Amino acid sequence: MRSDPPTSTLPIFAVSGLTKVYRTGDVEVRALNGVDLALEAGEMAVMLGPSGSGKSTLLNIVGGLDRPTEGSVKFKGMELSGASDRQLTAYRRDHVGFVFQFYNLIPSLTAWENVALITEVAAKPMAPGDALALVGLESRMNHFPAQLSGGEQQRVAIARAIAKRPDVLLCDEPTGALDSATGIIVLEALARVNEETGATTAIITHNAGIRKIAHRVFTFLDGRIASSEINETRVKPSEVTW
Amino acid sequence: MIRLSMLDRKLVRDLARLWAQSLAVALVMACGVMTLILAMGATRALEDTRAAFYDRTRFGDVFATATRAPESLKAEIAAIDGVSAVETRIANPVIIEITGMAEPATGMLISIPDHGEPAVNRLYLRSGRLPEPGRTDEAAIIEAFAEAHGFRPGDSFDVLINGRKRHLSITGITLSPEYVYAIGPGDFVPDQKRFGVIHMHRTVLEGAYDMKGAFNSVSLTLARNADRKDVMARLDTILKPHGGTGAYDRTDHMSDAFLDTELTQLRAMAQVIPPIFLFISAFLVNMILSRLIALEREQIGLLKAVGYSNAAIAWHYSKLTLLISLVGVVIGAIAGTYLGQGMAALYGEFYSFPFLVFSQKPDLYVISMLVTFASALAGAANAITGAVRLPPAVAMRPPAPTGYHSIFSGTSEGFRLPFSQLTIMALRHLVRWPMRTALTTLGTALPVALLITSLFALDSIDHMIDTVWFRADRQDATLTFTAQASEDAIRDVSRLPGVLAAEPFRAEAATLRNGHRSRIVQIVGSDPDTDISRVLDQDFGAIKLPPAGLLLSERLAEHLDLAPGDQVEVELSDGQGRRVPVPLVGLTNSYVGLTANMSREALDRLSGQGVRISGARVIVDESRIGELYDAVKQTPAIASVALQGVSRKRFQEVIEENIGISITIYVSLAVIITFGVIYNSARIQLSERARELASLRVFGFTNAEVSKVLLTELGVMVVLAQPLGWLIGRGFSELVAKGFESDLFRIPLIINPPTYAVSSLVVLGGALVSALIVRRRIDRLDLIRVLKTRD
Repeated sequence: MRSDPPTSTLPIFAVSGLTKVYRTGDVEVRALNGVDLALEAGEMAVMLGPSGSGKSTLLNIVGGLDRPTEGSVKFKGMELSGASDRQLTAYRRDHVGFVFQFYNLIPSLTAWENVALITEVAAKPMAPGDALALVGLESRMNHFPAQLSGGEQQRVAIARAIAKRPDVLLCDEPTGALDSATGIIVLEALARVNEETGATTAIITHNAGIRKIAHRVFTFLDGRIASSEINETRVKPSEVTW
Repeated sequence: MIRLSMLDRKLVRDLARLWAQSLAVALVMACGVMTLILAMGATRALEDTRAAFYDRTRFGDVFATATRAPESLKAEIAAIDGVSAVETRIANPVIIEITGMAEPATGMLISIPDHGEPAVNRLYLRSGRLPEPGRTDEAAIIEAFAEAHGFRPGDSFDVLINGRKRHLSITGITLSPEYVYAIGPGDFVPDQKRFGVIHMHRTVLEGAYDMKGAFNSVSLTLARNADRKDVMARLDTILKPHGGTGAYDRTDHMSDAFLDTELTQLRAMAQVIPPIFLFISAFLVNMILSRLIALEREQIGLLKAVGYSNAAIAWHYSKLTLLISLVGVVIGAIAGTYLGQGMAALYGEFYSFPFLVFSQKPDLYVISMLVTFASALAGAANAITGAVRLPPAVAMRPPAPTGYHSIFSGTSEGFRLPFSQLTIMALRHLVRWPMRTALTTLGTALPVALLITSLFALDSIDHMIDTVWFRADRQDATLTFTAQASEDAIRDVSRLPGVLAAEPFRAEAATLRNGHRSRIVQIVGSDPDTDISRVLDQDFGAIKLPPAGLLLSERLAEHLDLAPGDQVEVELSDGQGRRVPVPLVGLTNSYVGLTANMSREALDRLSGQGVRISGARVIVDESRIGELYDAVKQTPAIASVALQGVSRKRFQEVIEENIGISITIYVSLAVIITFGVIYNSARIQLSERARELASLRVFGFTNAEVSKVLLTELGVMVVLAQPLGWLIGRGFSELVAKGFESDLFRIPLIINPPTYAVSSLVVLGGALVSALIVRRRIDRLDLIRVLKTRD
């Protein structure tokens, strides 16, 4: 596998001094505490860390689902931290693909329709069938979520996320609900998509084994990035041990 | 301090959390309770008051009139098997002149015995005293008339008795069981100013009408086990030689018949409307509880796992249902009591009872509560059974994912229906829960139906007004002579000031027979080309009266089982007992009474007494109407005058006032149902689909786009509900119109397109507001939380 991330002049994301504080009553939780980070176009990054270390909070802010308390997030030079709801909605619609632990498929739509749901409103989407073929589900297109296995459902979610040709693909515990064999199939799909579409991909996981498939690995602890390392030699998902 | 068990604490907190939905359901229940208490309370109030008043005043069971019957017949009548009391009397229409009132009032002058109280139809003295024996200038008058004119004992007024003006002094104010609902000639609703009932001593009236030792009106009370039909037949036989016009019982007594109509209406209200509300609330309880139990699936599993019994869990959810119902019962009981008192006050205006108490007996409230509880629990039963049946181990796992059918799309590569995926989501959800969709649609259709059922009365009454006053009886006034006169009298009428046109008529009481069926009615003879007052065919066109033969209203023909072409046996009530076969030549349309018409010439021939007229219908120059009124008051030959124009205005006034009130009530009820159904439906959808909808927001769909899923789903049901509501509304209206149908009048079933439109608009408006309230919750969806949880 290629180990160098694709290079470009401007990072996709430039995050600096990012802080997020949640207040419930008198309790104050500092979920992010001054995070600095830059993600390059086409890069695949894995974010590791225990529960509550801040990785999901970062992903939510970068994905335009939440706003920071302090600091700046720039997407291709555009500041997200002060954006309005409407701007964030448009940002998510045009640029971001999400993959979640519990798939979040629409149960009343078939696999094909779940993907078409997104392509209908995207600017320059691929055909839903092509997106499903990319994750190896061309034969299951007319099945409803209830008729698919967990791994298949997650691959539909990936197809849905990439069908709009997003700039970034944000995956929060994409293999968290899957067994290892299925998890590997899902990771293979993610790697292939990253390779073929060039979407910057960020994967949050508890599973340290997955780190080896990334260009870069960030380790989170107590709301900060404790370490960041570049993988000199990436491995294929099929070689990952769980 | 009461210590709540942990489950009860959960109950209180669940209720607090679900307050808006619970309140919406409670309000629907409250409407049911309110209408039940209102209708049953008012029914009881009227029934009890009527029974007590009739009992106290010995209201007659059978009534009859004659032209002049010797008093000696009284003993013969009393001897009829089954008769317990007889009262003979003299009763005649009169024209009353009131200082300061332009139009003449009409009245009934009725005799009371010189000594002692009447055996039948006693008077209830409100104030003052009855006239003293021997005084020819003293009279008692009924309260409604007295109040309308501000009369008190000691005041006086003029009256035309048998052509002579008399000045009468009022000794007392009375109530009569015969005039609880006092309606004057030609009127549709009581006009207290223009119709009065005057009671004077028998000797005075014997003198005034030259009726010494004779009577023209008789009332009987019957023994408990009397054969009413037999008594009436025997009474007819006795009175026939003296111009008897046929005995009738309470059912055909004008005042009592109107009371009966009101009671029929109230009973229909008690039987039809509360069940609608209770049915809808049961469905809403089912919807809310099913969702709550689905959400609390894992909690139920846990409770069972730690040892709570199935009964404890069933009771827990039953209590929630009962608490919601209790709120509904309390609100409904308060509203019902309050409105009931208002209704009793309204009745006070129309019905002259000495007292009218709105029934507030506790059993009414207990019944309402039990009925509400039972229907709510019936609605909850299905959901609670589901909770009880859930094995703990299964309950603690998430439910199996919901399967859907691939409709509304087509194939993925080939043909596709022009629906967006958002629309498909909405449509498939509707089809996935067909029962719920059907019931929600029905629940939205019912308020439409309810509105149509209440609003159609306006269309029907408009149509009635148009038919009765603008197509049929187009005269401004109908003058009835004291005695039948020769044809020349019409010239005298034409010469009265202000009269522009006059048409004579002849009216004869007659018995119509077909085999064993018979009816006593008035046959009205008019000129064939009559233009002022016209007889209408069934398409509301004017009929040119044929030179021979009889025209009957449809209902009368039905009673007699006759069709055009058949022969009717006619016996005029002139005491001669001649029975003549007359052909039925056509059917007529009439909303009022049972009518029989023929050409005047034919009626003259039938009577064998030459050309006689009973009165005239006149068109009046409005600017000179006052002069006509004055002339009528001075004309001894005119016994009574019906003012059609004034009647129409009074009718419209009363109807507008009453319908205005009832429409306000029905619109409020419809809006409450709509809100209850749509708000709850939207909340449940939102709860079930919060995750889906939040996911859509995450993927970059705007609030408006996400709302579309919810609103499409509601919209489809609300739109489908409209034609369904129209159909049900038409059915209900038909039942109502049928329920009102009596020999006195009937209401045509007319529903104009705007009525359908207005009913739908009210419900669509209510639905839109309810949906928008829920729509605002979409803006507040927590995007991050839903991503971390599974369904």
